[in-house]
Amino acid sequence: MTENGAALVQVRNLHKVFKRGAERIDVLQGVDLDLQSGEFLSLMGPSGSGKTTLLNLLGGLDTPSDGTVTVGGDRIDKLSAARLSRWRARHIGFVFQLYNLLPVLTAERNVELPLLLTPLSRSQRKKHVATALAMVGLSGRSKHYPRQLSGGQEQRVGIARAIVTDPTLLLCDEPTGDLDRKSGDEILDLLQALNAEHGKTIIMVTHDARAAARSTRTLHLDKGTLATEGHDR
Amino acid sequence: MFRWLSQTVTVIGVSLRSVPQRLGPSVVAIVGITGVVVTFVAVLSIAEGFNAAMANAGSPDTAIIMRGGSNAELNSALALDSTRIIADTAGVRRGENGPMASAELFVILNVPKQSTGTDANVPLRGIQMGAFDVRPEVEIVEGRLFTPGTNEIVVGRSASNLFSNLELGAVNRWGENTWTVVGIFEAGGTISESEIWCDAAVLQPAYRRGSTFQSVVARLDSAETFQAFKDRLTTDPRLDVQVERETDYYRSQSSQVRAIITGIGSVIALLMGIGAVFGAVNTMYNAVATRTREIATLRALGFSGSSVVISVLVESALLAVVGGVIGGGLAYAAFHGYQTATMNFQTFSQVAFAFTVTPALLVQGAIYALLMGLVGGLFPAIRAARMPIVTALREL
Repeated sequence: MTENGAALVQVRNLHKVFKRGAERIDVLQGVDLDLQSGEFLSLMGPSGSGKTTLLNLLGGLDTPSDGTVTVGGDRIDKLSAARLSRWRARHIGFVFQLYNLLPVLTAERNVELPLLLTPLSRSQRKKHVATALAMVGLSGRSKHYPRQLSGGQEQRVGIARAIVTDPTLLLCDEPTGDLDRKSGDEILDLLQALNAEHGKTIIMVTHDARAAARSTRTLHLDKGTLATEGHDR
Repeated sequence: MFRWLSQTVTVIGVSLRSVPQRLGPSVVAIVGITGVVVTFVAVLSIAEGFNAAMANAGSPDTAIIMRGGSNAELNSALALDSTRIIADTAGVRRGENGPMASAELFVILNVPKQSTGTDANVPLRGIQMGAFDVRPEVEIVEGRLFTPGTNEIVVGRSASNLFSNLELGAVNRWGENTWTVVGIFEAGGTISESEIWCDAAVLQPAYRRGSTFQSVVARLDSAETFQAFKDRLTTDPRLDVQVERETDYYRSQSSQVRAIITGIGSVIALLMGIGAVFGAVNTMYNAVATRTREIATLRALGFSGSSVVISVLVESALLAVVGGVIGGGLAYAAFHGYQTATMNFQTFSQVAFAFTVTPALLVQGAIYALLMGLVGGLFPAIRAARMPIVTALREL
């Protein structure tokens, strides 16, 4: 809940249409969704069901064809590209399936990237980076480059980068999709801890029912509509 | 603004640090721009060298007097009486040997070039002894001055280096006379060094010129007295002459050739530059394609499109400037000081000169490279900024 009692995320009658030549593809067809602050929501569904598209719209990476998206009281569906950029920097932390770390930067420099968009001083940034890396258990790897880290460690750096600005919302797109089971479990442990112990609001897209089971709520998407409500943990 | 600068510097840093991963295409772009800058600087150094030989010749306190209506010595004729009146006019500086003036004439000889063996037009100038007072920069550096009244000649350093059989002691048969080289002179690399000098009194009968000359060069009391001197001569009813400052005369005599060399050089450089820009475009499209996901990630995190545009432009510009600096260095090493000669069709004679790569030319080359880089990077930069983030994030 936000301060005035409204849900942190409110999605109303959301539509997204892609056009491929003359073909019209209705990826999302009137999605309604409310998410309270502190929830850990999993979005599941078959490939092409629209879950990543929904995640992108919630994160301001794309704009809807119709409908409204409100996050933390901000209507983001009508923002210009430049405003969306600034909004993302303030409110969203992204965790990508393939980690998307910059190979030429060390772990700490990767984590510091979002902080460069804030007014923090260099020493403040350093402190925030150290805290984030400690939270993901990688304090000892701060000077390592991505190529010197395992897949699980790379994803931890990705999570540290996503949480370093203390965003309103953490959006994870198949965060364990490219990891072995053990590393995947460790990442899920970490996300669960961020939600349970630090109150992070998380939306995670996953194909994996075991991963979804770690969340507090699961929604299934099918052919662009929310099909069923899953478990509430 | 500070935050924008900070994020832009970061994106530029990321971009430049990933250049080693794209070394091949980057080197291709650098080599292309290097080639253009070498050509650009080399061709324009010809114009600079020609300019140095012609426009820098002469002195502002020296006047050249020709027949009225003549625009070059070749078209001029002055009677002996006229040359004496000119030399005795107030305003001509006087030395121990009298007025510092020299009545001169010249003929054009066919002398083979050392490099190709083909004939070139080389001026043989008949001078009076006052010529050395008028042109104090002229110095005999080998041998001696010709003996007046004999068929001895002294040869300019550039002419001696470029044309056949003009070394010290060489004997040449030109027209009906035999001429012996008794000295080599230097004149600060100016046009005089492209000439052969002899006694005017010997040259007149040798080429059946009677007692006529073509010009008088006179050293004035000072550069400021030129206008008064000119007025005196042009209002003298005994004379029909035109008077020019020597520096202006040489500048006007070289203007067309200089313009043509500069024009041709610029056109060649422009055409090559267009090719190099395509090379840079290709390199930067490749760079953007290679970094698609990286750029999309930065933009997803909130970095602005303009930071991305600037990072691509800076990378392209830096590669181009590296090419420009290497090109300028190569052009300097390969061409600076290279001696050659070209026909000045305004005087119908060869002008010997050295390619001159000046600091200004190197700066121009670097600026040209920078422009090529910026133009080459522009479209890839715009493409990088406009890439849909969600599509680009899926790129591997």
